[in-house]
Order: sequence, then C-alpha cells, then structure tokens
Amino acid sequence: MDYNFHWRPVFKTLPDLLESAILTVEVAVLSMVLGILFGLALSLIRIHMTGPLKWFAVSWIELARNTPALLQLFFFGFGLGAFGIHFSPFLIVLMGLTFNNSGYLAENFRGGFNAIPDTQIRASLSLGMNSFQTYTRIIIPQVLRIVYHPMTNQMVWAVLMSSLGMLVGFRELSGETQFFASKTYRIFEYFAATAVIYYVLVKIILGAAKLMALRLFKY
Amino acid sequence: MIKISNLYKSYDDLEVLKGINLNVSKGEVLSVIGSSGSGKSTLLYCINGLEPIQQGQIIVDDIDVHASDTNLNSVRQNMGMVFQQWNSFPHLTVLENVALAPRIVSKLPKAQALEIAEKQLRHVGLGDKLSKYPSALSGGQQQRLAIARALAMEPKCMLFDEATSALDPELVGEVLDTIRLLAEEGMTMICVTHEMGFAREVSDRVAFFHEGVIEEINQPEELFGAPKSVYLQKFLSKVKK
Repeated sequence: MDYNFHWRPVFKTLPDLLESAILTVEVAVLSMVLGILFGLALSLIRIHMTGPLKWFAVSWIELARNTPALLQLFFFGFGLGAFGIHFSPFLIVLMGLTFNNSGYLAENFRGGFNAIPDTQIRASLSLGMNSFQTYTRIIIPQVLRIVYHPMTNQMVWAVLMSSLGMLVGFRELSGETQFFASKTYRIFEYFAATAVIYYVLVKIILGAAKLMALRLFKY
Repeated sequence: MIKISNLYKSYDDLEVLKGINLNVSKGEVLSVIGSSGSGKSTLLYCINGLEPIQQGQIIVDDIDVHASDTNLNSVRQNMGMVFQQWNSFPHLTVLENVALAPRIVSKLPKAQALEIAEKQLRHVGLGDKLSKYPSALSGGQQQRLAIARALAMEPKCMLFDEATSALDPELVGEVLDTIRLLAEEGMTMICVTHEMGFAREVSDRVAFFHEGVIEEINQPEELFGAPKSVYLQKFLSKVKK
C-alpha cells in the first residue's frame, strides 16, 4: 500500500466542516420539533377520528415508514420541482426529514397513548378539566416520558439521515465533506474526519438527552 | 341535592340501570351495596356525566346533568369523585396533584391553589408528603391523595366508587377513617362499597342494587337487621360468610 495520508487540508478546512455540522444539527433539531408536533397530531387523529382526516393520517404514517427516506427527500426536491414548486435545499431537507420523523414518531406516540389507562382521563375529567386540559396537563406529559427513549433514537436517526441532503444540493456536513474531498482528492481523510464529527455529535446529543431526562422525569 | 328519576342506562344491548329513582338530600350519606354487575358504579358515572344515559333525568344542585345545554365541566367541579383505582397523576408531586385543578379549572392564583392543596392534604393526613411523587406512596395514601384532590375543588357532594376495594386489607382502615371524617363534617356523599360494617356505621341510608334496580333502600339498622328482599337476604348471608 503506497497511499500517503495528507491530513493538512482537512485541518485547514475544519472550521468549514464544523460550520456545516451546525447546519446538520439545526435541520435535525428543527425536523424533530416539527416531527413531534405533527407526530402527536397524527397519532391523535389516528386514534380518535374517522373519515378523510384519519385516512390522511394513516397514509402519511404508512408512506413515511414504508418508503426510502431518500425518495421522500427527492419528492420534496425534484418531485415537486416537476410541477414548478421549488424550495431551497435547506427547506427540502427539513420537509423530507419532518415528513419521515412525523410518521415514525406518530406510531411511537400511539403506543404511548395506549399505555395510559383510560381511568387517568376519567379522573381528570371528574375534576372539571376539559379534554384539552386533560390531554395537555395529564396525558401528553406521561406519553412523552414513555416515548422519550425511542424519541432520542429518532433524533440520532434525523442527524444521520440529514446526510442524504447532499443529494439535493444541501451543503450540510456530508455535502461539505464531499465538496472538499473532490476539490482536494483527499477523499479518505475527509470522510474519516467527518465520521468522527458525526460520532461525536451523536454522543453529545445522547448525553444531553440523558441529562434532560434526569431533569424532566423526577418520578 | 341529587334527584334521580326514571334513569335507564345501557351499554349497547346490555341494560345496566333499569329505572332508578333516588333522592339524596344535603348532608346525607348514602351507601350503595350489591353484587358486581348490579349497576352501582355505573350509577356514579352517570351522575358525574362520565357516561351518557338513555332515559330519565339526573338533577344535581338544580342542574340537569344530561341536558344538552349543560356544561359538564362546571357540573363536575361541584362533584368530587374518587375511583377504585386511585388514579393519582404519576408525573406530578402530591401537592401539584391537588393544586392542579384549582389552578387551571377554578383559575385561582398559584399561591392560593397551593394553599388550598396543602390544607386539604393536611386534612387527610398527608401533610408530610407534599413534595413526594405518588409512586412513593402506599395505596392507602394514594387513595387519600385522590380524596384530597377532589376536596380541593370544594365540591358540594362526593361520589366514592369502591374506594377501598383495590387496597390491601391493612390499608382499608385509613381510607375509611378519612371518609368517616367527611361524613362527620356534613358532606353529602354517595359511597358504592363492599365494606358492610362501614356502610352500616356511617350511612344515613343504604341502597341495595340488584340487576339494575334498587331492590331495597332503608336506614342501615333496618336494612341490615331485617332485610325484606329475598335477594338482599341471600346477598347478606353470602357476604357474612
């Protein structure tokens, strides 16, 4: 093997890589926040409603979970582009990831809702709380605890999946890496460095999630 | 206080309540006994509007509970309900469990809600558990928490649905003592119970439910001492064994 490692270009462009890593985290976090909101709505619709709304929610969940994430991203990028609807690469990735996260999280939430006994709802109503108060104060806080760990998995998944963004022209961590790698031909070095950055990012997120769990769930 | 007339309730084809007529006056303690499936708990759910009814009328404090223009949430504020499964809210501390409804339903300022909650918790003997989570409490303590939580809304009457039947035997006493205390304070109460001794001692009247009707209703001495209904005689002889 006569390959000579050249790490210098990597170190020189490390600030650029880290900056793009921030973009990665940004799109992942946003897609999770939106995914949690949509996921909650989808699971509640799926549990409580009938008719077109339910049909819509079930279709969303089924498509998000049973088609490749890359295709979902391409749909928001090139698919809608065919109809003259164009979004920035950031928005394409955000919409793709949000669509995917919402579908997976909705099913997690559904499991969470089913795990809360009906009697909690009755007890809450019997105190004079309305349905909205019952859900926001009593049911959803308990559901969030039940689905917290699956939710952190999804968060990690979102960070890693955002790398698909480079295929729709989004210069997040992988896109940026690809750009420099082809510019300098130090392909191995760049992707090795990026792998380390992803690894550290995920570890930081998991650590933060653990700390947050300690603060949130004292019971 | 509570006027029930000609009440019919069924779940699909299953008729559970078949024409109940019952008046409970202010300050009265009524115990409801009977075997499982006789409709006792269902009666409480109907009074609290947790279950729809098919026919009849339930008037609580001059408000028709099941009328279409009745705001159930405000009706329920006047009725405290305690369930067989105590249903404490596991994600809130003992104090928060009790203060929540006064704060968000009665819209009291936080300090005042906490004050009421603390007062009610002391009332039921949980003054030293305020910052604990329900998981750290015994079943009996959780049931007393549920009572305090209902009392914090300052209800005009209380409904107890087999409040002691999910408890270990040694914990039943503390909950019954708490209910007894409320009775002495003049709270209007309907207690569905399997504790015959308690029903006999605390109640002003006892109603015996059999297959969805009130088979016999009387003062406890007569009802337990000289039961007229054959079904009641059978029920009591089984219970005594």
